[in-house]
Order: sequence, then structure tokens, then C-alpha cells
Amino acid sequence: MKYKNIQTTVLIILRLILGYHFLFEGIDKLFSVNWSSAGFLLQTNWLLSDFFHTLANDPTLLRLVDALNIWGQILIGLGLIIGLFSTIAAWSGAFLLFIYYFAIPPFIESFLFIDKNLIELFAFIIIAIFPTSHILGVDRIVKKIRSAKNG
Amino acid sequence: MAENENKPKDENKISRRDIIKGFSTVPILGVFAYDYWKKKTLEKVKNKAVQLNLGLDNEAPKIITNNDKGIGEVVKVGIIGVGGRGTALLKAAGFLEKGEYEDYVKQAKNGDQGAKRRLETYQNQSVLNIQVIGICDVFDLRAEKGIDIVSNGIQPNGESANLKNVKRYLRYQELLADPEIDAVIIATPDFHHAHMTIDAVRAGKHVYCEKAMTLTEDELHKVYAEVKKSGVVFQLGHQNSKNETFKKAKEIVDKNIIGKVTLIETTTNRNSRPGAWIRHLDGDGNPKPGSPETIDWGQWLGHTPKVPFSIERYYGWARFFDYDTGLAGQLFSHEIDALNQIMGFGIPKSVVSSGGIYFYKDIPRDMPDTFNSVLEFPDREFTMLYSATLANSRSRGRVFMGHDASMEVGGSLKLIANGDSTQYKDKIKNGIIDPSKPFYTYPESNIVDIDGITSPTEKYYAERGLIDTNVGGKNLDITHLHVKEWIDVIRNGGETGCNIEKAFDDTVSVLMVHKSYVENRKVEWDPVKRRII
Repeated sequence: MKYKNIQTTVLIILRLILGYHFLFEGIDKLFSVNWSSAGFLLQTNWLLSDFFHTLANDPTLLRLVDALNIWGQILIGLGLIIGLFSTIAAWSGAFLLFIYYFAIPPFIESFLFIDKNLIELFAFIIIAIFPTSHILGVDRIVKKIRSAKNG
Repeated sequence: MAENENKPKDENKISRRDIIKGFSTVPILGVFAYDYWKKKTLEKVKNKAVQLNLGLDNEAPKIITNNDKGIGEVVKVGIIGVGGRGTALLKAAGFLEKGEYEDYVKQAKNGDQGAKRRLETYQNQSVLNIQVIGICDVFDLRAEKGIDIVSNGIQPNGESANLKNVKRYLRYQELLADPEIDAVIIATPDFHHAHMTIDAVRAGKHVYCEKAMTLTEDELHKVYAEVKKSGVVFQLGHQNSKNETFKKAKEIVDKNIIGKVTLIETTTNRNSRPGAWIRHLDGDGNPKPGSPETIDWGQWLGHTPKVPFSIERYYGWARFFDYDTGLAGQLFSHEIDALNQIMGFGIPKSVVSSGGIYFYKDIPRDMPDTFNSVLEFPDREFTMLYSATLANSRSRGRVFMGHDASMEVGGSLKLIANGDSTQYKDKIKNGIIDPSKPFYTYPESNIVDIDGITSPTEKYYAERGLIDTNVGGKNLDITHLHVKEWIDVIRNGGETGCNIEKAFDDTVSVLMVHKSYVENRKVEWDPVKRRII
């Protein structure tokens, strides 16, 4: 896919912004001794909320969910910033945001069905289907190495 | 052929250009690291610096509790009055109705955080090693429930009280005559407190008396004299003294951190019929239980004017001045308790109260629903305002206004510098203190300051008040600590937090506030004659 320069620039900036946000969220949770996803899980109020409540009430499962969240966010953030496996990172980010949105959708408490999570979710989808890491990012080198091996 | 073979090789070769473009975004991680470090570390260092200069920390103390078996000899207790407050006192003493305990456990298992917190708070209580062997209540239903709680109730360690032969006394005098009973809890309507305390002290029983202590000045002097000349341990139910936040507030005032305090505002903000002591109907609008057959009405009325049985009066006695000192005795008493321990002011020089019945006009009441009181402390050079409404629940807090900062004290505490402060002038100018935000909170807030994905969690912790449990101390019911102190002093000697001297001072303030309203005039305290004039 060929982009114009301005399109490439904007897409890269969007990728970096999303990566920066996820990395911050992940790192901040990692260093907050008291953070746990329990509160969020217990607040879930739509389909599958019973399942989320079960996760929150089982200490082992909760630790797993916490770790997946923290490291998921950190790895997605790193992937987008340095441009390594960016497409997988972007789809994973979109998936995580879909879970957050699905768990506590805004329309339960208000008429609006759009919230920040949904907007960010679509920003991730854009990054996933308009990749830029092969232009500016480690994926550029990864791609070369792979081609060399296959060639 | 050779050309064709070479072409893809050249394309797959990693050029310098590829390296530069491939790693060009990596330095952003450095920017990120710096940004994160700046946000977190510098903020912490700055706050710590502010705190260090103040000589304050904001970690809640760890409370040591013992819930194995309890210590010392068993103290045998009797309770007079097992209504709402009496039941709460039994819980604070370590006896929770079995059904209620099981509900907590069940709801907590189902993920109800409120129930989980209530259960943990109860389990954090010490086992006091007491037995409640005598119960007195004029209402059969309540007496029976009380007996069930102290016989089969669950203790904080999860064990059943397992006590047999708990006696029900129809008259409180008979309970006091029981030589087995060492100590009594008095949780009757306020107009019975004085004579029951006097009789209990004369019978040699230690007394935990609910507030308000007395309805009149004469009663107050009698109770004071009787307790003073006896050797019994007396505790007035002003449990606020056990709140760690108020201890921290005292430290802040003593260290002059908020500067000279010239005005204290304290408030009551309610907006419901039960909150206005209209309580004779249940949630469905039906009358609550109780009839002349099940309530000993003559004994309930005691020395007050004889009136026909009234379920409205039975559940809503606090509305009538025959039975209570209105908002002064019900809610101002808690305020004076909190403020007096922080400021140590004793008794005000003068009080002016005013108000009226402006909202709940459909049902008989003496107690105003809108009530304001101004207490002057000229020797200490400050004024205290008490403002109460029962028709609007906007939280107006409890604020100490110092020249340098305002201190808001409730379940937690925060200090907000005043823009015109002298003490903090330079710190405000240098941006170390922002007068639009608290520069000190207690206990330290653990809310993570990030938005987006984290916000529901943050909201959850803040709303449920789970923050204080994260600090390291345990959640504890302050009434439990107050009852525990009373039992500890009975066992080991010492002084109770709200002993008869403190109870006297606080009660004088309550009576002044009430008297000024009833007599519609300014009242003063004569410290020589020890009389309200």
C-alpha cells in the first residue's frame, strides 16, 4: 500500500500516540502496588458480567487477569512505539479495548453508545489496517531479514 | 541471469537507511521514561518535601487487634435498651445477630463489596471477653431479639457466643440489682439516661451511657456528682474520639500548620423523613411493630407527662422536647465531641441559636428542621458555627478556617492553603503549594491518577472508600474502639476517652445550644458558679 507523505506522517503519529498511552497505562499499573482489575471487573454490568465477577472473586484468576492486562498493555505500547510486530499489537489493543467497552458499555447508564474506549478502539483498527512500521519501525528490518531468509 | 539473482539480494540487504528508519522511533522510549519519571517521582519528592517541612506523615497507624480469645477475666455486662443503637453497641461489643452475620458472608461471597467490607470490619474487632448476661427493654420484641443476639450471636472470631440463661428483666432496677452484673450499657431514649446512670452508679456498676447524657442542667450536676464520688468507670457514647482522623487534625492545629483558627464551621445535612426522626413507618408505609400489649408504655414514659400510647412517639421520640434536646442532643453532640478534642476548648462563653420548623409541617414535632447556632470562645479568640438542615443533604463538611489554610475533617482530612496565607506565601509563589488543591491529605490517597482505561477502577475505590484499607491500617468500627476502651479501663484501670469531666463539658455545650433555642435568647456560661445564665 502506497501512502502520500502526509498520510504516512499522520498514521505514524497516531501509532506513537496510541503506543504511548498504552505503555503509560501498563507501566503505571505495574508500579502501583494497589492496582487491581477487581474493581473494574466487579463494576461490569452487561453481558458476561457474571463471568467477570467470577474472575474478580478468584484470587488466582484475578492475578492472571491483572498480569495479562499489565503486560498486555506494556507490550502493545512498546510494539507500537518501536514499530515491532505493530499490526499484531494494534489488533491486540483493539481486542483489549473491545473487552473494556463490552464489559461496561456506556449505553447502560446513558443513551450515548460512544465513549473514549470505542474511539480508541477504532483508532487501533486504523493502525492495524494501515500499517506504517514497515516504513518507520523495527518491522522494516524484520521484513528484510525474513525476505532474505525466504529468498 | 546473474543480474536477476543479484537484484533481490540487494533489495533484502539491510542498508544504513533501513537501520536509521527501523530504529528511528526507539528514542521515544527515552522521552517516555523521562516523562513518566518526571510525573511520578518529582511529584512524590515535592509532596514529601512539603510534608517534611510540616513535620507530618500521612500513613494511618496500624491498629493492633486481638481476636483469639480475649484477655483477662470475663466482664459481665447488662444492657438497658436494645433498639437500633443498642443493637449497634452489641455488635461493637462483639455480638452480631447470626442471620445478619450469615448474610454478610453470603453477600460478600457474591461479590458485594459493601458486605465484604462490613464483614472484614467486624472481623477486625478484638474479642473483648465479655458476656452480656442481662437484658432490659420495655418492648418484648426487642428484648427477645437482644437475648438471641447475646446468646447465639457470632463473635468477631467467627465463634458463636453460645451463652445460656441470659435473663430478661422487665424493669431496669431489677437488672441493676443483679450482683452478677459488673457493668451496664445504657442505650435507652435520652430522657432515661440521667436517672439510669445515677441508679447504676449507686448500684456500683460501671456505665457506658449513650449520648446525650442529660436533658437538663440539674440532671447533669447530679450525674456528675454521683460519678465523681464513685469508683466506677464511666464512658459517654462520644465515640468520635476514636477516629484517627481527628487525632491527626489535633496534631495539625497544635503544630500551627493552618495558622490561627478564628472560625470553625460544622454542619448537619440530611434530607429524608427517617433522618428527621419520622420513623414509625416501615419501607412500605405500614406502621412498625409495637402496641400497648407488647410495649410497657407506662415505664417507657417514666417521669415525663402521661400521654396515651403513641407509636409515633415511641419511634420518633427525638422530635419532642419532653424526651430529648432536639438537634443539640442528637447531632450537635457528636460535633462538639469531634471539635472539642481537636481544639480542647471546653465550654463556650456564649451561645445564640435560632431556627424553625419550615419543612416537616405535616406531623407533630418540637425539634426544628432548620437550626443554626453560634458559639463564642473569646478567650481562645474563635467562633464556632453549627448549621443544620434536615431538608437538604448537600454535604457542607466540617471546616477549620485558619489564616494560612483550611482544614476539612471527616472520614478523611485535607488541608488547602489559603491564597492570602503569610506562612505559605513563598511556597505558593514558587508553585510548591497550589492553593486550589489540597497540599496534604490523610490518610494518603492511593487513587491512581490516570484516565481512560483506569477510570472505572478509580471511581470504584473512591466511592467505596476502599482507599483507607490500602494504607496498612485495618478498618475498624470506632464505636467498637470506644466500647473496648471502656472494658479495658474496667479491667486494667486508667481513664476513658470521654470520662465524666469531658462528658460534663460537652453536655454543657449541648444544653446551652438547646436552651438558647427554647428560650429564644443568648445564653452564657458562668465558670465560677458552673451554671448557664
